[in-house]
Amino acid sequence: MRFGIVSGPIDAAALRSRIEDPGHGALLIFEGVARNNFGGRPVQALDYEAYPELAVPVLEGIAREAEERWPGAQLAIVHRTGRLEIGEPSVVIAVGAPHRAEAYEASRFALEALKARLPVWKKEIYADGEAWKPNAT
Amino acid sequence: MAAVTVRYFAMLREQRGCDDELIEVAEGTTVEQLYHRLFPAGPLGRLPVAYAVDHSYVGARHLLDGASEVAFIPPVGGG
Repeated sequence: MRFGIVSGPIDAAALRSRIEDPGHGALLIFEGVARNNFGGRPVQALDYEAYPELAVPVLEGIAREAEERWPGAQLAIVHRTGRLEIGEPSVVIAVGAPHRAEAYEASRFALEALKARLPVWKKEIYADGEAWKPNAT
Repeated sequence: MAAVTVRYFAMLREQRGCDDELIEVAEGTTVEQLYHRLFPAGPLGRLPVAYAVDHSYVGARHLLDGASEVAFIPPVGGG
C-alpha cells in the first residue's frame, strides 16, 4: 500500500519499501509526530479522525502532482487515525528521488498540500478539556 | 425527491449527533443548499466547509441530482 489511512501504528519501513528504486540517490522519510503542547498549553494526547474514501484519492492526487513536478520522484504517504500518545507519528511521507533536492522539495510539497486538503481532523486532549484544531491557512 | 447519504465529521458529527444519515433532497438542490438546510446559521454564523460528493471535492453549487453520498468537510487538521 503506497497511500493509506490506518488506525494503528504506521509501519515506516514498509512504506519505504514501496518506493525503493535503484535509480534513487535520495530516500527521505518525514514523520509528523504528536507534540506535547500547543502554544505552551500541555497536550496529553491527540485524536485523529478521517474520511478515508476521500482521503486516499486525495493522497494519490498529491503524490501524482509531486511526481509530475519532480520527475523521477516517488512518494508513499500514510496518515493515522484514532488516539495517539505524545511522540507517536500521525503521518509518514516517504520520498525516493534521483537527487536530494527533489526529495526534500517533494516531501515539503506533499506535507503542505495534505495539511491544506486532506480530509483529516485533529482533536487535542488536555488535562481539563479538548478542542478540534484546524491547520493554520 | 431522492435520498442521499450524508456523512458528518469532527465538529459537525458532534453537533449533529451521528456519523451519517439518509436525507431526502429535491431535484435541483445544490450541496451548499443542503448544508444550509441541515446546519442553520447560529449567532456566530456557520462553520465554513468544503464539499465532497461521491468521494470527490466539488464546488458549492454542485447539484445533488444522481448523487449517492455527500460530505461537508470542516477545516482540516491533518499532518
